[in-house]
Amino acid sequence: MRRHYLLPDISAPGRTGCRLPDLDVTPSALPSAEMLRTDLALPEVSEGDLVRYFTALSALNYGVDTGFYPLGSCTMKYNPKWHEDVARLPGFASVHPLQPADSVPGALRLIFELQKYLAEITGLAVSSLAPMAGAQGELAGILMVRAYHRKRGEAARRTILVPDSAHGTNPATAVMGGFGTAVVPSDADGNLDIKSLDAMMNEEVAALTLTLPNTFGLFDPQILEIARLVHRRGGLLCGDGANLNSLLGKVKFGDLGFDCVQLNLHKTFATPHGGGGPGAGPVCVNDTLAPFLPTPLVVADGRDLSFDSPPDSIGRLGAAYGNFGVMVRAYAYIRSLGAEGLKEVSENAVLNANYLKEKLKKHYHLPYDRPCLHEVVLSGKRQKVDGVRTLDIAKRLLDYGFHPPTIYFPLVVEEAILIEPTETESKETLDAFVGAMLEIAREAEENPDLLRGAPHDTPVNRLDEAAAARKPDLRWKM
Amino acid sequence: MDVKDYRFTREHEWLRPEPDNLGTMGITDYAQSQLGDIVYLELPAVGTQVTQSAKMGEIEAVKAVTEFYSPASGRVTETNQTAVASPNLVNEDPFGKGWLVRLELSQPSELDALMNYDQYRQFVAREV
Repeated sequence: MRRHYLLPDISAPGRTGCRLPDLDVTPSALPSAEMLRTDLALPEVSEGDLVRYFTALSALNYGVDTGFYPLGSCTMKYNPKWHEDVARLPGFASVHPLQPADSVPGALRLIFELQKYLAEITGLAVSSLAPMAGAQGELAGILMVRAYHRKRGEAARRTILVPDSAHGTNPATAVMGGFGTAVVPSDADGNLDIKSLDAMMNEEVAALTLTLPNTFGLFDPQILEIARLVHRRGGLLCGDGANLNSLLGKVKFGDLGFDCVQLNLHKTFATPHGGGGPGAGPVCVNDTLAPFLPTPLVVADGRDLSFDSPPDSIGRLGAAYGNFGVMVRAYAYIRSLGAEGLKEVSENAVLNANYLKEKLKKHYHLPYDRPCLHEVVLSGKRQKVDGVRTLDIAKRLLDYGFHPPTIYFPLVVEEAILIEPTETESKETLDAFVGAMLEIAREAEENPDLLRGAPHDTPVNRLDEAAAARKPDLRWKM
Repeated sequence: MDVKDYRFTREHEWLRPEPDNLGTMGITDYAQSQLGDIVYLELPAVGTQVTQSAKMGEIEAVKAVTEFYSPASGRVTETNQTAVASPNLVNEDPFGKGWLVRLELSQPSELDALMNYDQYRQFVAREV
């Protein structure tokens, strides 16, 4: 393994990256001595060494452009580069948020049409592109739920029901919106436990937040009954659309009885993500919630487009109009694939996950042995007998050159391994991953220490996550 | 006192009954093994009134944050500051040095509703 150095390690006194010409103007006075620091041990390196240093660092990065990235629930699919070109067209990239709306009809047209496409894809009446990210889209949904109940004089509805398989953002969002939460358990098949829901669904419940398919990658066949139950007792059904890439062109949230669903454009509609953004989390609603949508919406009067605010709007979620660059990429994605192409997206996402499930279930415990949608949850339970934990399996995958899947989530699955291959991977890539996973299963039996010490071929070896959390060392000291 | 004389909850807390209606509580070995490396403890303030089965504090592990619940009703008389400073004690010695909270029990009869050691062992075996 090559040793990676830091800039101070290669610093030599007096070495510089560039030579400045002799001073031919009158020097101005330096600030007073108290303001100048002399204790900064800034590295002194040549330009060539500096370029090599940063180039070597950049080569350590791992992303969808370098390899398979089956990080469950994150949809790390390949993003076509052409969309990047489109997003950089000056007409889109150079628009200023404070420019008069009538000077940017093209941008307005794009927002207007994307609002319509997303409403059609989800089977809901209207959508707002204002939320900046998935979690803010969730927040928009919860704030609309609150506004809806208040308007009806039912402010006593103070609880949001959240399944035990939910993304952590779901209960966090409910609390941000001023609600309390109650957890609905899953049944033995990985569906929502409908008896518990029936017992919990009372006049204090404002809404049920449901991810569909859920974080086990499973489509809940009782969804129509769930929607009926929630609505009959005056609640609303909010969808977490994080897993929409398994439903595109096949199933519509509106048809299933959802009142509201938040999407992640950066996941389903292909924008590079995982590095902290930006994302975009549009929220789509039926007629019941439409008056409460966040502002602004783009509305049409004949061919004229303008910004508008719904009558009972929950207001703005940010200073401008959402993350416009991500909207452009999503628009390009939808238009370039078309209706048939979007169907193929979900077909391939589901096919790939089921392929991995069938190939891996003989060697890893499969908690829910039934067809999955876009992702499959395995458990490292079988390897635990040999003293190997899911964490060790994930670390060993790094040695095989793969980004590990999501681990220890969903929380209700012991030693969970959540694999989402996405639709953009070929059978050859999936087979290579299966090969590595089978090899690791064999190693777990024959040489568990190899796994417990993994990774071995990475720039740094096993990091002590507990020490990092207990005694964080956040600053490099010169 | 031997761990066999402790009382246990379905949420994997233990309570050790002590003279003068006092009791010490913590989480079980099974609970700590499920959580993995514990990195942070949020314990109730001394003097807090607690109710049986109600939330008492939070335990943060590398993988997840979880709440823990009071095995009995009463008043908090002491919290384990050594464990707050070194949360790994809960992993290393959950039934001993990794105790969390000491309570003055207001309704000692509540303990009858908790599991004994053998019952708890069977409960965990079923859960696994």
